[in-house]
Amino acid sequence: MELTLFALVALAAVASALMVVIGKNPVYSVLFLVTTFFCLAILYVMLGAPFVAALQVIVYAGAIMVLFLFVVMLLNLRHPQKWDAGGSTRRWIGFATAAGVLLVSLAAVKGAFDPNAPLQPEMGNAESIGMALFTRFLLPFEIGSILLLAAIIGVVTLLKRDNSKVATKGGEA
Amino acid sequence: MKPTLEMYLILSAVLFTIGVTGVLTRRNALIIFMSVELMLNAANLTLVAYSRFLPDISGQIFVFFVMAVAAAEVAVGLAIIVAIFRQKESVDIDKVNLMKW
Repeated sequence: MELTLFALVALAAVASALMVVIGKNPVYSVLFLVTTFFCLAILYVMLGAPFVAALQVIVYAGAIMVLFLFVVMLLNLRHPQKWDAGGSTRRWIGFATAAGVLLVSLAAVKGAFDPNAPLQPEMGNAESIGMALFTRFLLPFEIGSILLLAAIIGVVTLLKRDNSKVATKGGEA
Repeated sequence: MKPTLEMYLILSAVLFTIGVTGVLTRRNALIIFMSVELMLNAANLTLVAYSRFLPDISGQIFVFFVMAVAAAEVAVGLAIIVAIFRQKESVDIDKVNLMKW
């Protein structure tokens, strides 16, 4: 039963991930990526991590993908090309490298762990995560908040237009 | 029967590979960015799976930090893409060679 659910969700995740990569239109890519993230959230619930699943839906499928969609709509690209790869040489180098990555990671999966590892009881609720986050991982948590602050300031600085000229123009007019 | 750790890891490897393919073969900067997100999520799936089977809560905490870093990265990266689009009217990475001498 649970295996069937896993197979279905995994298939949906892989299919929509493929659609992200081969899609013509970036808007469709964003929507398929949201589908992939929902599938991963289901897998997190199956793995006994409901808190991470909630974060996945709220932060990834919610906040981050809305930001993506906003930028895709904002840029309004007029010429969506089909598989816009530059030159077949580079494309084949890309495919070959990806195949190599797949082989290496599958080999690592084969040799890395005990295949009969027993399933452990669930433990990913908000309470246990909060306890770990605010005791053992307090310093990384604070550093993370500083990182987000730095990102905010960086984005504002990057996209700020030079307002002094605009202001003087407005003053003259 | 329940899915084993190996199945989760193989799924994660496949998703990661799809992300790598996207980064290496596409030219649209936005889609390259989405492929990077895909790779981050594949890594997250591995972390959560190991966190369940080992068992150790640290894996899920790490996913939390990966999400925070990914949020920061998306914000800054999309800002750079918008800034480039203002200059070049394009998000094609082949036309962006201003760091090349």
